[in-house]
Amino acid sequence: MVLLTRKIEFAASHFYHNPDFSPDENRRVFGKCNNPHGHGHNYSLEVTVAGEPNPVTGMVLDLKDLKEILECEVMQRMDHRHLNYEVPELQGQIPTCENIARVIWNLLEPRIKQGKLHRVRLYETPDLFADCYRNATGGAAA
Amino acid sequence: MPAQAQNGAVKVVLGRRYHFSASHRLHSAVFSEEENSRVYGKCNNPHGHGHNYVLEVLISGAVDPATGMIANLADLDGFVERAVLEPLDHRSLNEEVAAFRDTVPTTENLCIEIFERLKSFPKAKLESVRVQETSNNSFEYAGNADHLEESKGPSR
Repeated sequence: MVLLTRKIEFAASHFYHNPDFSPDENRRVFGKCNNPHGHGHNYSLEVTVAGEPNPVTGMVLDLKDLKEILECEVMQRMDHRHLNYEVPELQGQIPTCENIARVIWNLLEPRIKQGKLHRVRLYETPDLFADCYRNATGGAAA
Repeated sequence: MPAQAQNGAVKVVLGRRYHFSASHRLHSAVFSEEENSRVYGKCNNPHGHGHNYVLEVLISGAVDPATGMIANLADLDGFVERAVLEPLDHRSLNEEVAAFRDTVPTTENLCIEIFERLKSFPKAKLESVRVQETSNNSFEYAGNADHLEESKGPSR
């Protein structure tokens, strides 16, 4: 099995706020991230696909196809967007690194037809990232 | 905020990177001077030397629907600060960290020591730690059971 990774970057804004929390609780739990005017990050996304190289093309999957999937599923949805207001898949969720990575996993997983999606790693900053893997214990998709 | 089904088919891991600087000297009491010098080379210099270490901590767990988080970063940062950064940053690992009194402070052993210090983090499961000694060398440890015997001796 060979792992293939492609990286893309997108910029987006967000803030953390739970309407079920009091203003004090929101500030205590989310700190600076609770600022209602929002703030932004340059997100860096690494998508890893696992598979056997096709004996004819030598490829696990065609990088052009992966690039197109990432453009359509991630860039068009999230790049230069406000994650709280403009991404329906994140509605009702706090747009943390964990939740954005999981939304991206769920968007990409059914689109990868050659090889299997192995890992989604989303960096919010160089010092903070979230990884998603297929859960070995299974269960319903989130 | 509506509760979302959390995780399910997807395992989510949070990674956080920390930075600290420390000095060390690689020297084993079981070796002669010549052997120490042969095995550890420049790293055996009795005056020691230092590195800017980069520590990557990976934790896993259910994403809390109320916060969107596996664990609050402030809790993780505070725990790592108290357990690792405060006791190791700008210290001599050989002289000031009890674990390295009889164990060579290679970055393999440092990785194991940091894992042991962080595994009791109460808010999530510690998956692994990765310690980068320089931009060319890094070491990872996920808590395999039989490290304890191996870590008593020098690891290279």
